Amino acid sequence: MSLMEAPSHEIVTASAPSVDRPDTFPRLLADRARRDPDGIALQEKRYGVWQPVTWRQYHDRVRDFAHGLDLLDVGPGDVVGVLGDNRPEWLIAELAAQALGAAVVGIYPTSVGDEIVHILTTARARVVVAEDQEQVDKLLGLRDQLPDLHAVVYYDPRGLEAYDDNLLRRFTDVEELGAQDRGSRPAWFDERVSAGDAADAAIICTTSGTTSRPKLAVLSHENLLSMGARLLQLDPLVAEDRYVSVLPFAWIGEQMLALAVGMRVGFTISFPEEAETARADMREIGPHVMFGPPRIWESMLSDVQVRLAEAGWLKRAVFAWGHRVGERGAERRVHGQRAPWRERALLAVADLVALRPVREQLGLTRLNRAYTGGAPLGPDVFRFFQALKINLKQIYGQTEICGIAVTHADDDVRFHTVGRPTPGTEMRIADDGEILLRSDAVFQEYLHNPEATAGAVDADGWLHTGDAGYLDDDHLVVIDRAKDVRRTPDGDMFSPAFIENKLKFSPFVEEAVALGGEDDAGITAILTIDGQTTGNWAEHNHLSYTTYTDLSQKPEVQELLAAEVFSANQDLPDSIRVVRFVVLHKPFDPDDDEITRTRKVRRDVIEDRYHGVVTALTEGFDSVTIHTTVTYQDGTRAERELELAIRSMEGFSPAPRRRRFGWSAG
Amino acid sequence: MLTRAYRHELNGSRLQRGAAQLQVDDVTLRFGGVIALDGVSLLVRQGSIHAIIGPNGAGKTSLLNCISGLYRPQGGQILLHEQDPAADLTSLRSHRIASLGVARSFQNIELFRHLTVLENLMLGRHVHMSHRLVQALVWFGPARDQEIAHRELVEEVIELLEIQAVRHSPVGALAYGIQKRVELGRALCLQPAVLLLDEPMAGMNAEEKEDMARFILDVNELKNVTVVLIEHDMDVVMDISDHVTVLDFGRVIGDGPPVEVSRSQAVIDAYLGEGDAA
Repeated sequence: MSLMEAPSHEIVTASAPSVDRPDTFPRLLADRARRDPDGIALQEKRYGVWQPVTWRQYHDRVRDFAHGLDLLDVGPGDVVGVLGDNRPEWLIAELAAQALGAAVVGIYPTSVGDEIVHILTTARARVVVAEDQEQVDKLLGLRDQLPDLHAVVYYDPRGLEAYDDNLLRRFTDVEELGAQDRGSRPAWFDERVSAGDAADAAIICTTSGTTSRPKLAVLSHENLLSMGARLLQLDPLVAEDRYVSVLPFAWIGEQMLALAVGMRVGFTISFPEEAETARADMREIGPHVMFGPPRIWESMLSDVQVRLAEAGWLKRAVFAWGHRVGERGAERRVHGQRAPWRERALLAVADLVALRPVREQLGLTRLNRAYTGGAPLGPDVFRFFQALKINLKQIYGQTEICGIAVTHADDDVRFHTVGRPTPGTEMRIADDGEILLRSDAVFQEYLHNPEATAGAVDADGWLHTGDAGYLDDDHLVVIDRAKDVRRTPDGDMFSPAFIENKLKFSPFVEEAVALGGEDDAGITAILTIDGQTTGNWAEHNHLSYTTYTDLSQKPEVQELLAAEVFSANQDLPDSIRVVRFVVLHKPFDPDDDEITRTRKVRRDVIEDRYHGVVTALTEGFDSVTIHTTVTYQDGTRAERELELAIRSMEGFSPAPRRRRFGWSAG
Repeated sequence: MLTRAYRHELNGSRLQRGAAQLQVDDVTLRFGGVIALDGVSLLVRQGSIHAIIGPNGAGKTSLLNCISGLYRPQGGQILLHEQDPAADLTSLRSHRIASLGVARSFQNIELFRHLTVLENLMLGRHVHMSHRLVQALVWFGPARDQEIAHRELVEEVIELLEIQAVRHSPVGALAYGIQKRVELGRALCLQPAVLLLDEPMAGMNAEEKEDMARFILDVNELKNVTVVLIEHDMDVVMDISDHVTVLDFGRVIGDGPPVEVSRSQAVIDAYLGEGDAA
């Protein structure tokens, strides 16, 4: 259908551009604004109250900001950077840029220095929309390295009143100038929206870059919308569904649900007041759908574990029973079976006394569908949430395929798999075990990096994921990154991630890196403790400590972790049990490049940086002295020297003790 | 909701920045035979952070109590140049002084422990509310509008001090550092011309002190509120204040910018003990 085929009886006015073909985000927005002008598109908690933005207001702000961006010389093919937390302005900037035929690249708000420079220079961004004083300060500090930058538009002016820099523009000023400009050319915006093409770049997402610096994947409107349509085919959502946007928009997962699915369905997106209030705000909204990387689920699980450990024996016993019943129910539900009436009755009771109260505490009572993706989630965590009657499903996909290609159907969930390809997605396992995917959600290119693009997508359009996997009963099982998959001396394939997830099931272990395993020295592991839960544990056991480092090296903590490793080992085949481990003195930090912003461990960086530790682990020393360089947020560095104990699991038997929690971790 | 900028003025002063605002003139305060303040004079300028320091028992809190009307000095006057002619605070009762725009926080936290943060802050708006009994009872018309308008200002203070997460928590259940912040907030809700803070950082750990120092600076720099504070921690005082007055045994022994005061021999003697200062 061409643009000119708008029905003749309909007068195409300034407020009604050609929306007969809502195949770009700005056209979808215009369509929503026309059909449901007073519906709530966005709401943000401010002043303690949810402040709504209607579709019409949303559309008008996008229109004015687009005029403003045009005055700042942003045009088709350009890239606008956005650096900030999730706020309505983020999406307004995004849609305004798209209306001009430009694209946005999101930068994680916690990013610093080189990372920001790398992204902005690769994207050749000349205009950056930044949130507040903190982000503006970062950009102004880097301006010498950003020769292209000619405007920084900020939307939270507090603290910036006294800044006098010709780079800086207020978001509201840009909108106001745009509104004035609109007076002189009222039809311009709609023309631009109509001129947009579904194949145009819509967003540019940074790849998580566990292996190298992030690459910039270009995704078109068509890529995103076709992915959204596919997901909706499997999991229909409705406009009344509630959605809370808490994860960074720089991450494809958030763009996928909030933008691609959200715009298509037209549900209201809620933005929490502050990061500290996100949990409370989420409970208030009670979302119907949610997508979080494993760390979100892992931290919720830790939360429940800790609170259960603190609860009285009665509550623990009730939950243990309820959880067992829930587990049986989940087992049937995920296989699409209907339980006999007696089990259903039991489940109803368990739900009432044990499962629902926990869901309520987590703010997940309304949740119909929950997704996890971005990294493998341990099967035990997965099973735990399913037993709580939370419809948690795996998503598998890369930024390069709009985040989702494979997922579980409601009645067909397996805890160790990631499900089946979404409708319209083709999947193939290459001879070397690599997972290949093909669909029209496969990205356009890596921005200004044709070599990398050629390496990722072959001539037939197959996306080479770099992950190793196999099929089990038509479900895809992802082993790990292909280059990370190892073989035991006996020749069995295994994945370090599998071992790491077993270790991370412990509420006290935040991150784990499993090493070795390919020779007779056995598997060793570097662990970092979860400061919160381990700190609570220490308090309950009257163990005094000063800092995270101090806590991590306490003999009692080492003993606690040995018990946790022991119980993880029970679930592992003999050949890949952890024989020695070391507890690191600090958590992995994205500022030190040890972990990505999406919290995936960068194995090669860790192995390189902690080379001495790795050697000591392999050789079986009792302890290791490390020298580390710590990079602080302001860029200064400091040298430290510290002795870390290495704990051998040989001859370890856990002290007989009451089971801490009421369910089996198997 | 178009802008995220602050919409409410928290500074209640009518004066230009730098103008003489609070003038303590030869104030003498005696408790029986004990002389707590002995001819103390100092000048606070609008928009400054003015620190009052001195050893224990030097008369710092007594001076603050004289300014806020809790004590009545036997001699001298305290002029607030907010109106013409200037008001002499020594002749006014404390609630009148509060309504002239002098707000204070206390050394020991003086909040309503069983009320929430929000309710405590709303109480800070009390002096600005007009009350019609019947309207207030039926929560109708002007009474309701008034409450909403005041709530907006209070919410802005909550944002400024970053206490959104505890908005609805009873104050008694909060950590000490947060309670102190709430107390600062309540004083701010008065839209004060002068903010008197009595040891805002007493009993805090280093991190809480840093936070508090930042909020005091924010209040002063972003909101132009004059701050008079008593503080023991010399590092904090030197870092954040524009002007320092040093008291010892009820007398002013030093007065000027922090750098100058810290070099003064009399101040060093008072702090380190005479004779040890070499």
